[in-house]
Amino acid sequence: MLRYLLKRFLLILPTIFVPLIIVFLLLRLSPGDPAGMMLGDQATPEQIEALRTQLGLNEPIWVQFAIWLKGILTLDLGNSIFFREPVMEVIPRYVSVTVLLTIVALILAVAIGITMGLISAMHRNKPIDRGVVAMAVLGISLPEFWFALLLIFVFAVTLRWFPVAGYNPPSAGLIAFGATILLPAIALGVRQSALMTRMMRSSMLDVLNEPYITTARAQGLPERKVIGSYAMRTAAIPVVTVAGLAAGYMLGGAVAIEIIFALPGLGRMLVEAVSRRDYPLVEGGVLTISLILAVLNLVIDVIYAILDPRIRYQ
Amino acid sequence: MTVRTASDSTPTAQPASARELVLEVRDLSVSLRNADGLLPIVTDVSFSIAKGEAVALAGESGCGKSITASAIMGIAPDNAEISGTIILNGAAISGLPHRERRKLCGRHMGFIFQEPMTALHPTLTVGRQMTDTLRHNLGLSHAAATDRAAELLDRVGIPRAREILKGYVHELSGGMRQRVMIALAISCGPSLVIADEPTTALDVTIQAQVLDLLDEMRREFELAMLFITHDLELVGDFCDRAVVMYAGDVVERGRAADIVRSPAHPYARGLIDAMPRHGDQRARLTPIPGTVPPVGHWPQGCRFAPRCSRAGKKCTVRPPLAVHIRSDVRCWYPLKVGQ
Amino acid sequence: MSTTQATHNERLTDGGEEPFATTTKSVWQRLLANRTAIVSIAILVIISLAAILAPVMAPGNPLRVSPANRFIPPSAEHIFGTDHLGRDMFKMVVHGARTSLLVGLAVTVISMSVAVVLGAISGFYRQVDVVLMRLVDGLMAFPGIVLATAAAGIMGPSTRTVIISLSIVLIAPSLRVVRGQVLVVRELQMIEAARAVGVPTLRLFTRYILPAVSSPILVQASFIFSAAVLGEAGLSFIGVGIGPKELSWGNALTEARNYISQAPWIVLFPGLALMLTILALNLLGDSLRDILDPRLTRRR
Repeated sequence: MLRYLLKRFLLILPTIFVPLIIVFLLLRLSPGDPAGMMLGDQATPEQIEALRTQLGLNEPIWVQFAIWLKGILTLDLGNSIFFREPVMEVIPRYVSVTVLLTIVALILAVAIGITMGLISAMHRNKPIDRGVVAMAVLGISLPEFWFALLLIFVFAVTLRWFPVAGYNPPSAGLIAFGATILLPAIALGVRQSALMTRMMRSSMLDVLNEPYITTARAQGLPERKVIGSYAMRTAAIPVVTVAGLAAGYMLGGAVAIEIIFALPGLGRMLVEAVSRRDYPLVEGGVLTISLILAVLNLVIDVIYAILDPRIRYQ
Repeated sequence: MTVRTASDSTPTAQPASARELVLEVRDLSVSLRNADGLLPIVTDVSFSIAKGEAVALAGESGCGKSITASAIMGIAPDNAEISGTIILNGAAISGLPHRERRKLCGRHMGFIFQEPMTALHPTLTVGRQMTDTLRHNLGLSHAAATDRAAELLDRVGIPRAREILKGYVHELSGGMRQRVMIALAISCGPSLVIADEPTTALDVTIQAQVLDLLDEMRREFELAMLFITHDLELVGDFCDRAVVMYAGDVVERGRAADIVRSPAHPYARGLIDAMPRHGDQRARLTPIPGTVPPVGHWPQGCRFAPRCSRAGKKCTVRPPLAVHIRSDVRCWYPLKVGQ
Repeated sequence: MSTTQATHNERLTDGGEEPFATTTKSVWQRLLANRTAIVSIAILVIISLAAILAPVMAPGNPLRVSPANRFIPPSAEHIFGTDHLGRDMFKMVVHGARTSLLVGLAVTVISMSVAVVLGAISGFYRQVDVVLMRLVDGLMAFPGIVLATAAAGIMGPSTRTVIISLSIVLIAPSLRVVRGQVLVVRELQMIEAARAVGVPTLRLFTRYILPAVSSPILVQASFIFSAAVLGEAGLSFIGVGIGPKELSWGNALTEARNYISQAPWIVLFPGLALMLTILALNLLGDSLRDILDPRLTRRR
């Protein structure tokens, strides 16, 4: 098992470094000058140049890279040009929001996806199955940001059950937190839950046709055990894959939702940082996302190994 | 000559000794309902199995033997319509609701599948699969179930039973897996075991071992066994009696040795002749001309008539299952001994 | 336990898998026989026609401000109503379709062309594959939004920029599909035989590999188109897609957000058009997959 994890870990290293190199090159080689942007239109060329030297922007590119690499390894990611604070302090404020949003959205998506998919598979081709399949197709085709706007219109503007925008951290109380996280989580999760419903349904249909399910029934095991233990164990594996992809997507791609609901999340922070040419913050942000995704992938690999012992020996 | 239709009171239908009957199947018919209507798959199947007796349900693929077995087990597909009577240990089970039928599985009826690799759960331990059924059917505690599972594996000839219990199916060889399958089938002490082509997927050398094991189990636990197979040699060697099926019909029924040595139905004769056998002096095989009519395209009258060299005028009417010299035959012109 | 259905299916598939595409003619016929396919194609044709005929159907500059007509709800004269700047929504939707569909088409063509070439090479040459797949993994771990934002920052938001960004981001899934298929085909005896006889590699690609790959590519194209349309809308909505002087369904929704309580129709119609297009493309992809899937035992 340990060897398996080690091997998976090594395979993940490129997924951490390649994005970093890409973003590093993209930013440093692109036009636009963070120093100039920071100091504004009134700044004199000398002031800009002084700031550039101070920020190390005049060094050759490989020197900049080496400095930055050293910084990562010593956990010193530099200071955000815009916030004038260490990157290591800026990022956690935003990461927590995105991670919480992702967790809530993922829980919703998985719960709905697995339940609907299961019901659908067990009543194949009956009206409820057709209904679920139709809804899943609609769900997959639903643009998240548009759905967010519709949700706001119905629940926030018309019914006034929820605030239109804004964020209350969990420390402000569960209900206050829930009020600001629920609509965004639904908007973010609906498409993913549709994908998961489809996958669960098709996976379960495949599994229900397998001989070992017939054997389980032939042994007199009650149907709920046959479905719950025997069938789900194998059927769940592809769903884990989809859930992992969903989590990855939500962590990096929730920008529109964060903007619409005014959530101070990582995606939004990154987009704003890119427009401001805040190199250290962008690099720190991408590094954070890459690390989170890498950990996520490892967790998924562990789950696979638990669910399917055959994988442990590969 | 009046035709005496065979019922279970005639000599050939009765088992050799008056042992108690475990399974009685009377006029079982199975049809599948689909978009086009009702499609008969199996018609008027009747036979019985006594304690300790091995009966073969023999025929080629498509003759309906598998669906007959699934109807007996109670795991036929949802769109199957079943008529007739099935009696297990003296109690009629065919009328029971689905749930009650399922409860009989495992406890009173055991099932052995053809492909043990796919018929056992790939990611649950062997032990878990065995203890699940033991605990559910016999109400044993986990520890007691594990002990019994180890005993059973030992009994079927699997070494290091305790270790195997902790392992997975893919770690075992084909023969071992089939032994596990057998252990699973008999674990709750059923009176009837149905084996669906249990040796077809195995290597020839392993086949013999598994068959010997099944034989042992049958004797030791006095099991009634229903053997589904297309291998007539196996039928002759292993089973006490045989029920030969063709296109949904029982065409011959009687003592296995008799049928294999000297079949009365032309189809059975054709099957025996078509088998390549050890020490065969013939230069070429003699296949039966034509093909099995697919379900839904059965001819009127005798279903074998289009392929039969003995077909005559009467064959436009479906013959009844009638008593013949040593077996029950569904034929107007059955073969005599030595033909 | 084999039921009649299972044995029937076994006879059909003969146990093996048929990896090659059927001829284009029969694909078309089968497509037209599929109800979902017909509906989705119909929707797409209607939307495409509306986009092409936009200057005729709704002449004039859709972005021209008309303060006198602000916030008119859907009515006879303005069937989709007008927005906060008095612009006719129907005109905006119809003209916006041009950009949205254009971007979708361009991204699909570009990303899939690259994916086919790279995927074929990768599937065929193992050394290339090892390196390339690690790069692709790294690329996929990169948040597409950041790439698009950076591109918008470097090149300025415009149709061209967003086409480039989306094409890069959407190469990876198609590449995997192509590569997977090539890996399967490569192992076929027929390839070994052809090579043994001395068929040049390029010929191998065009005669054997490409036809095998064409079915999954066709299916994939539909889904990539759908993803591209969705992606462009999302990016333009945030402001890092097309520029403010251009019009697509995405940026038609950008400011609509602020007026949602006064004029919900501003949000409704562009979004509806967007969703309908994506839905049609997804359904088309599903139908294609059902038709082209060689495994005849596949259930719906």
